[in-house]
Amino acid sequence: MATRKQTSTRVTRQARAEQRNGKHRPTSRTGTGAQEAALVVPTGGTRGPRGYRPPKSPPIEAIALEERAASIAKRSIKKASKVEGLKLAIAMMDLTTLEGKDTPGKVVSMCRKAARPSERLDLPSCAAVCVYPNLVAVAKRALEGTTVKVASVATAFPSGQSPLAVKLIDVRRAVDFGADEIDMVIDRGAFLRGDYGKVFDEIAQTKEACGAAHLKVILETGELGTYDAIRLASDLAIEAGGDFIKTSTGKVQPAATLPVTLLMLEAIRDHVDAGGRNIGMKPAGGVRTAKQALQYLCIVKETLGDEWLDPDLFRFGASALLNDVLMQLEKERTGSYAGEDYFSKD
Amino acid sequence: MATDITKKTHETKLAPRRERAGWTYAPSPEAKDHVRLKGRYDLFIDGKFVAPHSGKHFATHNPADESHIADVAEGDEHDVDTAVRAARKAFEGTWGKMRGSERGKYVYRIARRIQERARELAIVESVDGGKPIKESRDVDLPLAAAHFFHYAGWADKLDYAFAGRRARPLGVAGQIIPWNFPLLMAAWKIAPAIACGNTVVLKPAETTPLTALLLAEIIQECDLPPGVVNIVTGAGKTGGALVDHAGVDKIAFTGSTDVGKRIQRAIAGTNKRLTLELGGKAANIVFADAPIDQAVDGIVNGIYFNQGHVCCAGSRLLVEESIHDVVVRKLSRRIEQLRVGDPLDKNTDVGAINSKMQLEKIHELVAAAVSEGCAIHQSSAKIPTKGYFFAPTFFTGVSQSHRIAQEEVFGPVLSVITFRTPDEAVEKANNTMYGLSAGIWTDKAAKVFWMAKRMRAGVVWANTFNKFDPTSPFGGYKESGFGREGGRAGLAPYLEMV
Repeated sequence: MATRKQTSTRVTRQARAEQRNGKHRPTSRTGTGAQEAALVVPTGGTRGPRGYRPPKSPPIEAIALEERAASIAKRSIKKASKVEGLKLAIAMMDLTTLEGKDTPGKVVSMCRKAARPSERLDLPSCAAVCVYPNLVAVAKRALEGTTVKVASVATAFPSGQSPLAVKLIDVRRAVDFGADEIDMVIDRGAFLRGDYGKVFDEIAQTKEACGAAHLKVILETGELGTYDAIRLASDLAIEAGGDFIKTSTGKVQPAATLPVTLLMLEAIRDHVDAGGRNIGMKPAGGVRTAKQALQYLCIVKETLGDEWLDPDLFRFGASALLNDVLMQLEKERTGSYAGEDYFSKD
Repeated sequence: MATDITKKTHETKLAPRRERAGWTYAPSPEAKDHVRLKGRYDLFIDGKFVAPHSGKHFATHNPADESHIADVAEGDEHDVDTAVRAARKAFEGTWGKMRGSERGKYVYRIARRIQERARELAIVESVDGGKPIKESRDVDLPLAAAHFFHYAGWADKLDYAFAGRRARPLGVAGQIIPWNFPLLMAAWKIAPAIACGNTVVLKPAETTPLTALLLAEIIQECDLPPGVVNIVTGAGKTGGALVDHAGVDKIAFTGSTDVGKRIQRAIAGTNKRLTLELGGKAANIVFADAPIDQAVDGIVNGIYFNQGHVCCAGSRLLVEESIHDVVVRKLSRRIEQLRVGDPLDKNTDVGAINSKMQLEKIHELVAAAVSEGCAIHQSSAKIPTKGYFFAPTFFTGVSQSHRIAQEEVFGPVLSVITFRTPDEAVEKANNTMYGLSAGIWTDKAAKVFWMAKRMRAGVVWANTFNKFDPTSPFGGYKESGFGREGGRAGLAPYLEMV
């Protein structure tokens, strides 16, 4: 145990040093699953139980943050900007189905929609589909020859309440099945009891297990309780090697909100200002309407600039959003709203 | 300081960015077809619109494109006299004797009618004054209605407002208001005055008379007894006639410190009461432990809200030296996001400067700052070729002794000054002839209270700025004036305690 702890600290420090140099390379280290079950007694203070010192995150003023988000949400996006914005939103969409009842049939039909969102309109494909590991291979086959990536949730999604070894196997299998992107969940229990070292190590090791796959780190902001905690979790996830930070699993309310997205984008901005890599952002859950999607795009534009209006750096995790966007685009084209039966429900 | 404070905005070092065409917001102008303005407005005296004694009218312009909007009557001392007499008659005949609960009903009615006509009023406010429609729509109008609602509620409770004292109205109030929040200032003045049982003669600002005249229409629609509210438009001379009129019991003035001083001199030795709400040079103080991103939003809101035409604007940013560079970098980037232009575009953040005169004053003070060696940081926003506009600007390397740090610019121009300790922050914040407002940004509540206790300013905001509410008293220390408007304290200037 003592040896393992030392290794963990070393990995941590090394990873952080590289992080600060702006080029994250996960160090090779194999996860040792069973030891993960060992209880860690929180000690309090700034230095966590594993000797890991979490990032020094700035405080967040809740009311002012919410006001800023609300004021950006009031941007009036009309006509050409609306059409362009909605097309952008489609290109940034991770079309998602994460249910126990998911079947190959359901996933294949969603993949077709992701690849070609509309028969009538000239639209980009969605960025990715997001499925459970068991359906990755199905999705991969269905999307052959398209630009649509396959993202898989892993790490004992959605609760993350499993030993790290299990989570890492979950990740490796999903990658073996062909996942281009992995959406992991952080251990919120560990985070809330102050064991930031465990949260960090899990992210770092998941990143390593991802290999070439991109890693999105789900903070499950709805469970973290305060904006300060969300900011700390964002900084920690970035420092530990996440390529994207993502708000929610979609299984917990509240899921993505505008203020939470704003503050996570600000965390990314501070990281980039400090010389770090470009980190992506993914609000997920709760973005259902075209209007909301445009509000998110405005927040991205006014926080990180046009460079982040790119599927490489911003994604929407959504299941119901696409059809509303299609309805709005059709309305812009024809001038009138078509009924919902004019849009395929996949 | 290791900082190169002479760095300009565009030289601020940011991470290298890929070039992208970018997604832009298309123009989104507020529709104004439903707004029907008359070509010519007369004076509102004794419940009717009447032609001015002189027969003269003057033009009011749209500062965003310099176009002519309407002609407005120029009231002279005869008109002021007629208006004061009408107000006196109404005070003695109906309004002063009316039960508070009855008066309250009229005031409520005005509040509701303002809400009903809010869209139209917001558009006229933006057209006449240059402020962005999102501000007139979301700030000026709701607050104006809220002031009438608030004071309507006081009308029948005046005897309980001041423990052990009975209150009675003063009589006729002469009220002179500025051009930065034309309708809102009319509401701040009229609502408490009439709720307390006084009658008023209001003189709107020369450049922004239209919403006050629409308010006159609303007052007609609400069937207020004639003479309770009289609105006499005109320039400084008209205001002077009102101040000098022997039949006025109280003067309430919001505007420049110079004019405030002249008014105080003019009424010396008379029985007139006076409240003054004058200039400001507020300190917005940001400590190193502040929520930085929100503080930057607060700085922006503090100085660029309403083009900086705000008497309580946070025009001096006092920033702890250790975070100066971070704040300047964030602020530089943030002002690039401010959209300057057509006040009626729903996405405009910074509208038109109210008048050519004001624009010239801003240019003069900015030129002085540059020649004194302050480093200028200015948004690269494209400024419309027509109309009066000024890009959001801030200066670093500013000392307390610079003109830009001492004089009220009343424009979108911020001075950045550093401090090292809380004591130094207090000293610098109070080191001004003004004392209207202050802002404190820190994550530590104890520090907020420690600082707030030491601020010589009428309003102290903690982790926010430019927040207004009808329940909250507003007013100044030192050359920012005296008397409070808003809340229970705002009743006192319109009541005599017996």
